[in-house]
Amino acid sequence: MLSYIVQRILYMMVLLVLLSFVSFVLIELPPGDFLDNLIQQLRNAGVQVDVEQIRDLEERYGLNLPFMQRYLKWFGNLLRGDMGESFAYNQPVTELIGQRLLLTVTISLLTLVLTYAIAIPIGIYSATHQYSFTDYAATAFGFIGLATPNFLLALILMYIVFKYFGWSVGGLFSPEFEFSPWNLAKLVDLLKHLPIPLIVVGTAGTAGLIRVMRAALLDELRKQYVLTGRAKGLEEGRLLFKYPLRIAINPIVSSVGWLLPAIISGETLTALVLGLPTVGPLLLQAQQGQDMYLAGSLVMLLSALAMMGMLISDLMLVLVDPRIRFAREATA
Amino acid sequence: MNRTTNREQETERYYLASSWTLMRRKFFKHRMALVGGSVLLLFYFVGSLFAGFFSTHDTLTRFGDYSLASPQRVRLFHDGRLQRPFVYGLKVSVNPETYRRTYVEDGTTVYPIRFFVHGDQYRFLGLVRSNLRFFGVDEPGTLFLFGTDRLGRDMYSRTVAGARVSLTIGLVGVAISFVIGCLLGGLSGYLGGTVDMLIQRLIEFLSSLPTLPIWMALAAAVPSEWDPIAIYFMITVILSIVGWTGLARVVRGKLLQLRVEDYVLAAKIAGATELSTIGRHLLPGFMSFLIVHLTLAIPGMILGETALSFIGVGLRAPVVSWGVLLQQTQNIRSVSLTPWLLIPAIFVIVTVLCFNFVGDGLRDAADPTADR
Repeated sequence: MLSYIVQRILYMMVLLVLLSFVSFVLIELPPGDFLDNLIQQLRNAGVQVDVEQIRDLEERYGLNLPFMQRYLKWFGNLLRGDMGESFAYNQPVTELIGQRLLLTVTISLLTLVLTYAIAIPIGIYSATHQYSFTDYAATAFGFIGLATPNFLLALILMYIVFKYFGWSVGGLFSPEFEFSPWNLAKLVDLLKHLPIPLIVVGTAGTAGLIRVMRAALLDELRKQYVLTGRAKGLEEGRLLFKYPLRIAINPIVSSVGWLLPAIISGETLTALVLGLPTVGPLLLQAQQGQDMYLAGSLVMLLSALAMMGMLISDLMLVLVDPRIRFAREATA
Repeated sequence: MNRTTNREQETERYYLASSWTLMRRKFFKHRMALVGGSVLLLFYFVGSLFAGFFSTHDTLTRFGDYSLASPQRVRLFHDGRLQRPFVYGLKVSVNPETYRRTYVEDGTTVYPIRFFVHGDQYRFLGLVRSNLRFFGVDEPGTLFLFGTDRLGRDMYSRTVAGARVSLTIGLVGVAISFVIGCLLGGLSGYLGGTVDMLIQRLIEFLSSLPTLPIWMALAAAVPSEWDPIAIYFMITVILSIVGWTGLARVVRGKLLQLRVEDYVLAAKIAGATELSTIGRHLLPGFMSFLIVHLTLAIPGMILGETALSFIGVGLRAPVVSWGVLLQQTQNIRSVSLTPWLLIPAIFVIVTVLCFNFVGDGLRDAADPTADR
């Protein structure tokens, strides 16, 4: 088991190095660089651009170096925890994204937990009460939830809340708490704002998981051993939780792997619509303004977060499924 | 006597039917899939082929006097009497404090809806000039079924025109990922060994990335001064770069199963090259699975285009797509006053739903273990 974890973590390291290169290439793709944008902006504003000054800036940001050299420099700094400097904000990237990243992670993980907490019971109920009203309702919810893109759901929810309750929702904090230090009141305020983002980000995943859970459990319930158990007088609830459910839960556990990347994508988009102070809006801004170190670091961090999901799901599968666990121990 | 032969004939027909025939029969029993399929056919027919004919105005025609007009109701009763469908004229009043325009129906002017009228010119399929429209009203009446946008352009016509881009982008994207997925998945499953290992790692890597940030990064790299068609093409490529991995996995899994079959050996002995063995003998063997997979992949691409265009890094005006139309709804305060701007969203949701229904129906039909 331990050697497996170590192996997986080493493998993830390799992927992360690869990832850093890919994010850097992505950031380099747009023609021109941040300085070109800046010069253009200054010219449009009618400011004389000093050649000397530009050269200084180029030097400082390392924009005059060839591609590989720049990458190695960025990557070297990255290893020491230094993500470079944001051009637009004149601030170290780490300072800029600290709290935003924390909020993104919080929302993503909360959504993940909530998705499972809602989807698994409904999926089980749907399968054990096939073709009941609740089953049809869950199926309908599943289809519509999957078909509605996050940002549309956000818009529709905001519209409904605004129209019928007169609240303007959006953001994660009320204005008076926006920049205040953390205290209990701010936390309460955050909790009040959380439901809508959680609903918006979580709906698609919940809808998908309900369908997966229902299908997997239905497949198991049709099998002979369930009938045998029932014939031998095993109590229904015990039978369900002890045998078919344990097998049917496997695809759910392995779904963390794709669910977390999906949630992160969804969060990015939702944040733009709802105006959440998470990394989404920052990323879009950075990409449009070619603020390359900021954008590169964000793509890198978000992808790393998604990869953690893969790792967690693989480890959990090992824990949940004795077949995988024993197969591994036998070979090790 | 007669009955038994009938039955026998039927059984015989069942056993002799090709797998495609069986699939078709099962598919036609799936009610939701049929409904979904019909709606999609209608959308593609109206939106892609005959957008000009079925819309009422050109997408760029501005009605300056009617900016942000609310949708006009099509009515049947005037003065309590049944009439042919008509709309009332619109009266504009400007709120002196907020300068907001409000539109009320003018119950005295009746504009009957006429069919096969002559309106703005368009090109049928981009080739033949025509100005024949399916329906419209006489001047000076207006017909804004879905209201108008900020510049006074008819939202109904724009939604119809947007269907062309939004519906086809998924098809083109899926076609591209189909080729990549089959090729790489095929090589991976068929050759095995190092090639398989490398391609599998690549797939794992790509599918562990959160799609949207990657899409955003790639889309931001498309120069905005490019030709709209070139941008459209680049966006499809971007959507499919991330989209091929699922298909490649399916193809690989199937090929691993099939490559030890006797007919593959026969093909090899007959001197077929590897690519032609995959393409001519292996892929057709599970074509139905591929089609199911593709149907379920299209809605993802449609949603991708909508999302990218919505946040402003995908397609841009003057191109009209559902995502581009939804850009106007970014500000929730304006949306609460002009909810009809959200109408394209309904079309996005319905389209994606229908694709899912059709995909589900196809999956059930293609599954040989399901009941007949």
